[in-house]
Amino acid sequence: MKLTVWTYEGPPHVGAMRVATAMRGLHYVLHAPQGDTYADLLFTMIERRNHRPPVTYTTFQARDLGSDTATLFKDACASAVARFQPQAIIVGASCTAELIQDDPGGLSEALGLDIPVIPLELPSYQRKENFGADETFYQIVKALAKETPRTARPTCNILGPTALGFRHRDDVEELTGLLSDLGIGVNVVAPLGASPADIVRLPAAHFNVLLSPETGETAARWLEKTYGQPFTKVVPIGVGATRDFIAEVGDITGLPMKIDESRLRLPWWSRSVDSTYLTGKRVFIFGDGTHVAAHARIARDEMGFEVVGMGCYNREMARPVRALAKQYGLEALITDDYLAVEAEIERLAPEMILGTQMERHIGKRLGIPCAVISAPVHVQDYPARYSPQVGYEGANVIFDTLVHPLVMGLEEHLLTMFREDFEFHDAAGASHHGAAAVRPAPQPEEQAPTSSGGSVVIWLADAEKELRKIPFFVRGKARRNTEVFAQGKGLQEISIDTLYEAKAHYAR
Amino acid sequence: MNAPVLPAGGGCRTAPVLKERGQREVFCGLTGIIWLHRKMQDAFFLVVGSRTCAHLLQSAAGVMIFAEPRFGTAILEETDLAGMADAHTELDREVDRLLARRPDIRQLFLVGSCPSEVIKLDLHRAAERLSVRHAPHVRVLNYSGSGIETTFTQGEDACLAAMVPVLAETQARELLVVGALPDVVEDQMLSLLAALGVGPVRLLPARRIDATTGVGPNTVFALTQPFLGDTHAALERRGARHIPAPFPFGEEGTTAWLSAIAAEFGVDAATFAAVTDAPRARARKAVEQASTALSGKSVFFFPDSQLEIPLARFLTRECGMTAIEVGSPYIHDALHGPDLDLLPAGPQISEGQDVERQLDRARAARPDLTVCGLGLANPLEAEGLSTKWAIELVFTPVHFYEQAGDLAGLFSRPLRRKSLLHLEAAE
Repeated sequence: MKLTVWTYEGPPHVGAMRVATAMRGLHYVLHAPQGDTYADLLFTMIERRNHRPPVTYTTFQARDLGSDTATLFKDACASAVARFQPQAIIVGASCTAELIQDDPGGLSEALGLDIPVIPLELPSYQRKENFGADETFYQIVKALAKETPRTARPTCNILGPTALGFRHRDDVEELTGLLSDLGIGVNVVAPLGASPADIVRLPAAHFNVLLSPETGETAARWLEKTYGQPFTKVVPIGVGATRDFIAEVGDITGLPMKIDESRLRLPWWSRSVDSTYLTGKRVFIFGDGTHVAAHARIARDEMGFEVVGMGCYNREMARPVRALAKQYGLEALITDDYLAVEAEIERLAPEMILGTQMERHIGKRLGIPCAVISAPVHVQDYPARYSPQVGYEGANVIFDTLVHPLVMGLEEHLLTMFREDFEFHDAAGASHHGAAAVRPAPQPEEQAPTSSGGSVVIWLADAEKELRKIPFFVRGKARRNTEVFAQGKGLQEISIDTLYEAKAHYAR
Repeated sequence: MNAPVLPAGGGCRTAPVLKERGQREVFCGLTGIIWLHRKMQDAFFLVVGSRTCAHLLQSAAGVMIFAEPRFGTAILEETDLAGMADAHTELDREVDRLLARRPDIRQLFLVGSCPSEVIKLDLHRAAERLSVRHAPHVRVLNYSGSGIETTFTQGEDACLAAMVPVLAETQARELLVVGALPDVVEDQMLSLLAALGVGPVRLLPARRIDATTGVGPNTVFALTQPFLGDTHAALERRGARHIPAPFPFGEEGTTAWLSAIAAEFGVDAATFAAVTDAPRARARKAVEQASTALSGKSVFFFPDSQLEIPLARFLTRECGMTAIEVGSPYIHDALHGPDLDLLPAGPQISEGQDVERQLDRARAARPDLTVCGLGLANPLEAEGLSTKWAIELVFTPVHFYEQAGDLAGLFSRPLRRKSLLHLEAAE
């Protein structure tokens, strides 16, 4: 038993719903009690879908438990097939139905339906949403894919995009365009937008592009093993990764890769002088393994940030993320405990967080800007505008995403120059963030004396006054650095000299 | 005194009820925690359940609540399902940890879920054990918010019903007002009752544990929410007597509700008029302004919160709408009867749900406004039907005179919005 306040992933049957909802002509019959229908709103409200997810819930109640929940399942299954006329159905149980062991697979088999019935075994008390999506997609592919001759021209499938995925809608479009520029056609995109009939002809492609390892890797591996389709290992998020991806596609296809980079703006935006202020910004990165790995590279190599911490919530990606963190001289934080992530961020005191909806809340509480780079996300992260993460346009979008929460370069200089000016008072915040203008002036970090690790360091009045002259967006860091420095030296009090000694000590 | 006029063509109390069973597009009772934990500021709600429960709680609210909330889920894992004794030890450990971290917590609710009910984890026994362990600082109670037993607002009912047996015994003649209301609305209600000279007034739930809410044979109680059937029964078992009345939505409902209490406490007509005339006039005016877009329009209720019958009464009698179907998850005559009496005959009254069939009926009727859950709203909008998300009716202050205009506004906004937007492509 484990106490959870907020959760990064839903249960595995929600992962199955992400696959079912992404597809066309597929229906999911879910043995579940009343209330599990809440999951519909994830799709209709958060993602703003204009159709109900193709899911029929058996809605059993306490009084059914004594009698016949199995018949309830069979009836729900038969009437769903009659009403929705799907090309195939997936059947399974939510956490409660798993306990009553009705065997949805066997029950639906017994109905003698004339469409494929794909049973799902998703252990609700061990695994989570991403596993559920990955396993469901794999089972669908395994059940439906048929030996098909390869297409005449070089084609690939794009595997992994689902409903409720982070920017999957736009990533598919950007990736399709990129591949088309490389002279490669897209055979099938799946699960997003695919029908069971499309799944049948997956083996016609020459190779697979794995857009989302979290939700498509098992299927990609199975297709490689069964139909000899290699799949790409690089997810093209960021400039370097996109170039590596193109090279990988070249290796797989043996085709010459010629690409026009004129739309790619990140490199110049990053080299231009306004971006100087991004240098060495300390960032903490947390999310799903794929996006964290991509953003670690972008942060360090393409933005010039310093990565001070990274981690992921999906254990399936623990190994690669741990290995990657080591390359950055870091220990990865692998946890789905929101409070542990919060504690780590508090300890590291980064200048920016690249995270999920959860880290946005942590950032709000700690007064640290946060850019959202990974699921889970909320309604504002399903933008109306075209906003991919992959490919060259994705890199451009990411540059903007990472810069937006920060104070702009020129503005940062002005704030320093005019910090005594009443209109540049601390609480004014960055000019492009309306909400910050009403930020209450006293920040929690402004309280003195500060106690940490049992010892109390007292800020002398002069030093405290001097600290206030430091621009607000670096003051928290200056305060913490000075305190750590003072404690290291065994000092009880912080004077102006201590402040500047610490500044010199930490100077980069 | 101020009795509402019964509809000329008869009401709906004896109308045939369409009872349906099938897929229900509703939340489970755990959802009530979202407003209950804000109401009881020294309470923590610990759901003993699965990842699904935790996911529901953070999704149903629409937004995550900033800062650490006073609710959480003890997620059952494979090891807990293997042996019972183990699960109780685990629960004790998690509760110890929680209470150590949150010394401000004075009441802890262990909330049962579908999985904990199915594996028959005895939370009542756990609550008794933990109460002894953490007494006197923390009181531990349990109730079930599971989907196999409770529909949406029934979670609040189960929670309040669980509090009734531990209320202090009193012989005093008191009015107990039952149902969680936003503080601002509760204060308005208390000042109206005080002006009428009704008192002492006690509240369930009280904002904090040390409030002086008691119950006994001389207690009379009024319900502010139409979904408190079990709490109603539990209070009657303690000897208290219910004051039946329409629910305090809109000017008419509020007046009828207050009037029933006033009659019980012997308030004279002059006092009643002196206290209510001004807010009644304000409420009427506000409803009139807010309901211009509603007049002459039809409404279709999907079952959700059990607020449907009183709200249909408000919309038909005060806002000029016609009800096509009024669906409620459950109908209790003792609670909903007074509102059904006032609801003009005509609409199909339905209880329970088969969502696919009900959608067929809604599509055929093409109502001007459909009141439904969040899972259905956007899909119906995409089909050209205007919708009102039902959950907002539970989260927003809508009771009593000063909110009557806001309540009408919640229903008229989707229609006003539709008339304001010009998004069709040019011909």
